[in-house]
Amino acid sequence: MKPFKYLSPTTVEKAISYYGEHSETAKFIAGGTDVIVKVKEGWMEPDYLISLKKIEEMGELHKNEATGELSIGALVTHATLEKSLMIQNEYPIIYDAVSNIGSLQVRNVGTIGGNLINAVPSADGAIPLIALDGVALLHGPSGERSAQVKDLFIAPYKTILKSGEILKKITIPTQAPNTGSAYIKFGRRAAMELPLIGIGVLLTLEDDMETCSKARICLGVAAPTPMRAFDAEKLLIGKKINKEILIEAGNIAADESKVRNSIRGKAWHRKEMIRVHVKRMGLKCLEIIKNNS
Amino acid sequence: MEKIQITLNINDKSCEVMVYENDTLLEVLRDKLDLTGSKESCGEGACGSCTVHMDGKPVRSCLTLAMEAQGVKITTVEGLANGDELSDLQQSFIDHGAVQCGFCTPGMLMSADALLKENPRPDDKTIRKALAGNICRCTGYTKIVEAVAHAGNPKDHCLDCKSAK
Repeated sequence: MKPFKYLSPTTVEKAISYYGEHSETAKFIAGGTDVIVKVKEGWMEPDYLISLKKIEEMGELHKNEATGELSIGALVTHATLEKSLMIQNEYPIIYDAVSNIGSLQVRNVGTIGGNLINAVPSADGAIPLIALDGVALLHGPSGERSAQVKDLFIAPYKTILKSGEILKKITIPTQAPNTGSAYIKFGRRAAMELPLIGIGVLLTLEDDMETCSKARICLGVAAPTPMRAFDAEKLLIGKKINKEILIEAGNIAADESKVRNSIRGKAWHRKEMIRVHVKRMGLKCLEIIKNNS
Repeated sequence: MEKIQITLNINDKSCEVMVYENDTLLEVLRDKLDLTGSKESCGEGACGSCTVHMDGKPVRSCLTLAMEAQGVKITTVEGLANGDELSDLQQSFIDHGAVQCGFCTPGMLMSADALLKENPRPDDKTIRKALAGNICRCTGYTKIVEAVAHAGNPKDHCLDCKSAK
């Protein structure tokens, strides 16, 4: 591995000021499961690695019971989310996504923030946070700003983060009652796999427990960046949700996707799987809502 | 580049060691401390042969910088046995023929050991999920899964358990 200096600041401000001193020769590192591989392979050649691990406020996972807002520090590991009973109970879509990332050894170290910032089209962690209308809090040399998680991604490996900016945390706004959410990572094998396609659905029903008041259909590996199938979502709003309409939504989502042929799978196969799994995840949402009511 | 001195807590011993800032924990374990149980295979976090525990959690030592391993409790496969007495899990691997070439074994043991500390009676699916990040090219996994299932509770188990006792 190429030589570098390892810096370990304990505050966000210090991390940003280190970056200011070394600018483009420095890289931020969180869990390191992607960065270390890139440095080893020579795809990244930093003179300074600025570790964010010692910044305590970035490692907090907290739900404000009064407001219902969930706050996920960017350094929260996949394993922490996976093992949290609160996440399992109230945000099943997050559990579905993070519990199948890499291996346990990777999940024990890899962070949700790193998963977002790495910005691969297959980022499992991005889909649930988009479906839940997550907001990313960014902190940089010129202060703080926030952005919808869905707007973080520009292209593969590219985010809206400016030079020296850090993703501090993600907040998930209060969920309406009668909300269900589910994600499937569809691949060829269960272990150490990237998804062939990733599908997350979130549905909120009105008090009649039939009519859809909110829908999110989010797709991974279906375009250069994680995407929402807006037309498919629109179809569901104000309608009674059943299998037939979910099939229709799946068809629209498949048409909206920009799937491609790749080493892991063919475009037509990905489209077919979007059709199938939008329906299945939608039905799973209904089941979750009924179980919780 | 200058070396710097760090202190690592490995297998309940405090070790002072001179490292380069780009040394991985695996390199320090193997090359500086002669703890060669942990293996390097893929070097990029896919195979699991370098698995060690940090504060009881299995992690990849090939993707961990030695600098990042300061201030935590590191356990390597050398730390599983009590002197010359193997742990129940290690003995179970031998009894069930779960070791062939042996290269993946230290990583398998570390993943399985962490699982058994959390859940002493895991079912087949739980074991396979816990070992999903460890690749073995010899055994076909069956013997390994059996060895983990029967570690420490050989009474109600298989023929291998019985012949071993």
